[in-house]
Amino acid sequence: MKIHEFQGKSLLAGYGVAVPRGEVATTAEEAAAIAQKLGGKVVVKAQIHAGGRGQGGGVKLAENAEAARAAAARILGMTLVTKQTGPQGQRVRSVLVEETLPIARELYLGIAMDRTAAQPVLMASVAGGMEIEEVAARDPKAILRQAFDPDRGLPAYAARRLAFALDLPVPALGKAVAIMQALARAFSGLDASLAEINPLVLTADDRLVALDAKLNLDDNALYRHPELQALRDENEESPLEVEASRFHLNYIKLDGNVACMVNGAGLAMATMDIIQYAGGRPANFLDVGGGASREQVKQAFQILLKDSSVRAILINIFGGILRCDTLATGVVEAAREVKLKLPLVIRMEGTNVEQGRQILEQSGLAITVAQGMRDAAEKAVAAAGRA
Amino acid sequence: MSILVDKNTRVIVQGITGREGAFHARQCREYGTQIVGGVTPGKGGTTHEGLPVFNLVSQARQATGANASLIFVPPPFAADAIEEAADAGLELIVCITEGIPALDMARAWERVRRTSSRLIGPNCPGIITPGQAKLGIMPGSIHRPGAIGIVSRSGTLTYEAVHQLTLLGLGQSTAIGIGGDPIIGTTHRDAIRMFHEDPQTEAIVMIGEIGGSGEEEAAAFIAQQVKKPVVGFIAGQTAPPGRRMGHAGAIISGGQGAAAAKMEAMKKAGIHVCQSPADIGATVARVLGRA
Repeated sequence: MKIHEFQGKSLLAGYGVAVPRGEVATTAEEAAAIAQKLGGKVVVKAQIHAGGRGQGGGVKLAENAEAARAAAARILGMTLVTKQTGPQGQRVRSVLVEETLPIARELYLGIAMDRTAAQPVLMASVAGGMEIEEVAARDPKAILRQAFDPDRGLPAYAARRLAFALDLPVPALGKAVAIMQALARAFSGLDASLAEINPLVLTADDRLVALDAKLNLDDNALYRHPELQALRDENEESPLEVEASRFHLNYIKLDGNVACMVNGAGLAMATMDIIQYAGGRPANFLDVGGGASREQVKQAFQILLKDSSVRAILINIFGGILRCDTLATGVVEAAREVKLKLPLVIRMEGTNVEQGRQILEQSGLAITVAQGMRDAAEKAVAAAGRA
Repeated sequence: MSILVDKNTRVIVQGITGREGAFHARQCREYGTQIVGGVTPGKGGTTHEGLPVFNLVSQARQATGANASLIFVPPPFAADAIEEAADAGLELIVCITEGIPALDMARAWERVRRTSSRLIGPNCPGIITPGQAKLGIMPGSIHRPGAIGIVSRSGTLTYEAVHQLTLLGLGQSTAIGIGGDPIIGTTHRDAIRMFHEDPQTEAIVMIGEIGGSGEEEAAAFIAQQVKKPVVGFIAGQTAPPGRRMGHAGAIISGGQGAAAAKMEAMKKAGIHVCQSPADIGATVARVLGRA
């Protein structure tokens, strides 16, 4: 789960990471009042989940409270388009108003799970403020790495090694060790999947402050963090994805016009791929799971149909536990109930496949039964082209 | 021959009295797997469908002589169940459970990797040696005994590949689903090394997906050591970066884990990479000269 910058900073501050003074505002008036309180000169930052906000015009400096009001008025309500939002952009509903700092240097600190080491790894770099992906692509050696035991945390000596390598002035060394250890504690304590401070700024007076913060939380661990579940902002997610998650369906909206419904994540991705291979574009990722019920199949159908760009639907089910006759019955019922008008291509394989095909063929519905994945994708793509 | 499991494998099921555990234990038995008992804390001393149930894995092992465990324990307790199985000295641990917190798995794996136990999963369909033993949730009926080894991060996509092979008359030595989580026990590389050493396996199918670098690590090993033909496919060529595609581990992040880079690394290693998932079976037949 992604959360907002202001939420991430507040959580990190609880672990002892220094963050700029600031508050979140949802109106221009609030933004002006906060700026007044902070002493006038502030930065106004759009709060959306995607990165790259500065380039999109979502971050503005304001010299005084009036300027902060104007900046907030421009940013609030705007549809911010960044590299990470996609072309449709993301509507800004709140801004973070923060004090400005005398910046001497910008550094990078981040923690992610290292899959190979099976441990969290702290990454540090002198190239702060840039996307770490770009740093990694240009010069992998510019990123220092230190794996650590999630329960023991980051040992002080390991943090010191990184702090010296970052070439920090002596007065800031102790603070650097403390902030790295705090970030490591936050990562474990919050069950994060990513904890990033970019940039971490060294101020002219040798303080180290998290100018930006990004926390992603492990969805699988949210059950034990009820306080973090409350940080979910459904406004940041596509409405169809929010609806799908209510029915425990794994749905991600994409920009094509061939919708697909598949059981299993790997097969669902492969189905998207073969739609493209057949010359079409997938409208979504949708995994209904191994033991999808008739009710879930129906809900899945309704979600696919709410995407107005969809021109054809492809169902690809490899039935093991989920028997093909059960699936076919569910599909026929759902198609009747939603009065399906779009072309529907079904490919099923596995247990009771013959009975399943019979149910589909005898339903009287305009369902195309395909043989194999390639045939299914080609038929669905052709149907989408005609629709 | 085969790898890891055969008709002599003696299996206990952790979580045998739960809905999933009970259902799949029955299916595995019907396939011919020697399920010798189960573990559910608090239900020790009872029986479940004629099988003895124990409170502890160590008791189950002692009483039944089991050498493998199949785990269907809910996510909050599954990492602990894996550790318990390793602590009891079971040679093979297969964890089906999906949804284990990554840090729980990191902690468990840190200990399990120091033992001699081999872990498959979590969040996987399990392992099957056709005609001999099935420790998992895959439909047994689509498999045929044979000479193709399969390793995959997926469930149903593995069934798809198996199905294609079976239709072409190509049976399988063993099929392993290594799981879709970021931290897993057996990796692609581990499984490929075992297939490489298994005299029955003539060709290997390797199915990966976006996220992580397991496929690249396996490709490096294949380039150095493996003479048997390897056919590969990567799911998620159309997946957008930064989005988790169902599996916890299936995410392109930090510029890493994209399908194109994996396919490139695999091609460089001499792997026959399929663009389309419909071509996996036919490609195996072609490289074995049986098309």
